[in-house]
Amino acid sequence: MPTEGEVQFVKAQSCLKSLQNDSGENLYDHISTLLAKILDERPGHVVDVFEDLSLNLKQLSKTCGETPQELGLMQAKLTEDLRTLFSGGTDDDAAQEISDEDMQTPLPNLMENAYFFEQAGIGLSKEEIFEVSLSLKQLIENNPLQKCRFWGKFLGIQKNYYVAEVEYRDGEEEEDEEEAAEEGAEKEEEEREEDGEEAEEDILPKNEWKPTPPVPKEDKGKGVNKYIYFVTNYPGQQWTKLPTCTPQQIQISRKIKKFFTGNLDAPIVSYPPFPGSEMNYLRAQIARISAGTQISPTGFYMFDEEEEAEEDDGSKDHYIENPEYEVISLKNLSDTTGANWTHHVQFILPQGRCAYVNPLQKGEDDFEEEEEEEEDAVEEEIEPETGPPLLTTIADDAEINGIAPWTIKMASERMPYFSLTFVRSNLWPGAYAFGTEKKFENIYIGFGHKYREGKEINYTPSVVPAAQVEYTLGPEIQEIDDPTVEEEAAAKAALAGEEGEEEGEEEQEEEDD
Amino acid sequence: MDGEDLHLTESYVSSSGLCLSPEQKTALQTSLPILRSQNKFTQVYFWGKIMGVKDDYFIAQGVIRDQLSGRKNFYSLDCASWNLMPQVTDDIRAKSLKVKGRFSGDPSYEFEQIDQVETNGIPSEETIVLREEDRLAAVIEGIIQDGAIAPRGAFTKNAKGVVVNNVNFQGLPPLDAVKLGSYLHLREAVNLPQKSLMEREKLEPAIDFLDPIEEDIPKGSWALQEERGHQVTLRSLYWPGLTAYHIPNTAKFGYCYFGLGEKNNDIPFML
Repeated sequence: MPTEGEVQFVKAQSCLKSLQNDSGENLYDHISTLLAKILDERPGHVVDVFEDLSLNLKQLSKTCGETPQELGLMQAKLTEDLRTLFSGGTDDDAAQEISDEDMQTPLPNLMENAYFFEQAGIGLSKEEIFEVSLSLKQLIENNPLQKCRFWGKFLGIQKNYYVAEVEYRDGEEEEDEEEAAEEGAEKEEEEREEDGEEAEEDILPKNEWKPTPPVPKEDKGKGVNKYIYFVTNYPGQQWTKLPTCTPQQIQISRKIKKFFTGNLDAPIVSYPPFPGSEMNYLRAQIARISAGTQISPTGFYMFDEEEEAEEDDGSKDHYIENPEYEVISLKNLSDTTGANWTHHVQFILPQGRCAYVNPLQKGEDDFEEEEEEEEDAVEEEIEPETGPPLLTTIADDAEINGIAPWTIKMASERMPYFSLTFVRSNLWPGAYAFGTEKKFENIYIGFGHKYREGKEINYTPSVVPAAQVEYTLGPEIQEIDDPTVEEEAAAKAALAGEEGEEEGEEEQEEEDD
Repeated sequence: MDGEDLHLTESYVSSSGLCLSPEQKTALQTSLPILRSQNKFTQVYFWGKIMGVKDDYFIAQGVIRDQLSGRKNFYSLDCASWNLMPQVTDDIRAKSLKVKGRFSGDPSYEFEQIDQVETNGIPSEETIVLREEDRLAAVIEGIIQDGAIAPRGAFTKNAKGVVVNNVNFQGLPPLDAVKLGSYLHLREAVNLPQKSLMEREKLEPAIDFLDPIEEDIPKGSWALQEERGHQVTLRSLYWPGLTAYHIPNTAKFGYCYFGLGEKNNDIPFML
């Protein structure tokens, strides 16, 4: 005979079993599965998370048939690209043929640099540097390069840029298709201008304003364009060559401040309008950062005394490694005045070039235009722009609002014996350099912007210039204001007064007679 | 970043360019647990580094029970000895918004700034004086307000109203991990109470008691990127240097600030 308790139990059980939801699950099953799970797994803090466990169980029963969600497509593609980098190393034939030539690759020893940077507390993780290293190896295999250096990393919104600074072997460089196209376009424009002038018949007021002639860009291998730069978004992807930099791009990049999106073709919407896309803006910033922050221990580089050819304005731009370099001790390298570090990239003048060029100087091809301009143009005397010459120490750099432009520290206070000197730029946050007695290196990792551009706390966009006057003001076209009522009355009174005087005089004369 | 496994998690944020030297890491791993036991924290985090002109400040954060209200910040110059940061009063907060410039590296340094103030319609100049220590505390509070984020579901409000780590957090699924709406601010909810009831109906009160970062103004101030190794990295463009990470389908997440400690007020021009 079932006991009272058993009867109650069966009743309760059937009651719970009848509490069903729409999909046929009942409460009794749910609670029994949950309790079984708890007894099996013994999770901690059961009382606190009881509701979560219950919820998870419900969700699990619905989704147990699904396959685990796949990796985002993006991740899959990235790892595929990376894999291609690794595939070259396992080739048996290639491994046996490592000749002497291969061992002298222009590839920099990035892993060694990574160790030093890590000691200083900067840089990317070792794994990332290794990936970049493999990627650079790929770049070298595809291009005939003399020198190659990992310049740094720009952080962008959607993607980042890894930048490599390279120098081609002599004579191996390819002529850019872009530049040939540019020259062709210029010639077309000149032809069109000449046609236009002949068609004028009416003598309209002539616009005297002429745009300032553009400053010509520097040749490859000189000044701003001394090195060629390649960029890629991810290690494993193709490296893209960046075009050379024009002075206009540098001038305007000083006036704008934009984040990089990560796409080289992205347009730069700004005022003043930037002549180019993100690719050119990136190149201009690379040029500015290099000029401002690439440093080396004093004396490491020196001017080549045998070389006689100098630039027109007397600046030297060629340096070589000093064979008699005296190693500077760590203590001196860490000297906070910075007297022991020098810039080895030329300063960029306000013009946007390293070597000054007078924009009003007539070129050799412009004879026709010269005749016209001599009649109209007013000769302006422009002072040539100068800047600090190459190989000046960083001690002479200008302060930023009272802050030293460089922070120089020993990387380790506790173990100074094996430590290294670590230099950080305050003008370009993200530019770092380290130096030991045997080695030094520069790197840039950051967003690509100057600190306090324009010396003001916040960025201020340039003011739009005032609208130009259409005609020169002269008496023939300028309207004279009508006289006001008071002026008219005053003039009449003055006239009347004069006439009165005259009459008076006449009367007097008559009387006298 | 969690103070316990610093040497592992540091590699997650190093893609932004800053990492810790081995010396600093070992010093932190020694001093943070000591800090934790001394102050009886439930958890201690290495919050980040603020770079001054002469020296850097290392910041740690300890949490007592509640992850939102039980936070205390400490700073150190050498990763070994920690000092509690001063309380931020309204006065300090207001002053810190006006003082600009880099931190020097000396906690007792005083910033002086001349401010144009209008009293009764007459413009006059007032000198604001602010100690670096106080400014540091205010700036860190500001960064936490704007930048401290976590994946949705990582923290829950338990029945007593205390915000704790969610033991059952399995990580965001990969498709959700790349959406900005899956990340929440670790601060007292500002936008949430203003939402309509209809919107609030879809939220789970235990998890969605924080603001999602999707609604941040200006839009686009967070840069979300996927990196190799299934990691999702978020960088704040408002406070350059703040990096947060999450590995989908795992409970690994965190954030860290390595920067100058200055807000990027130019962001509207830069996007």
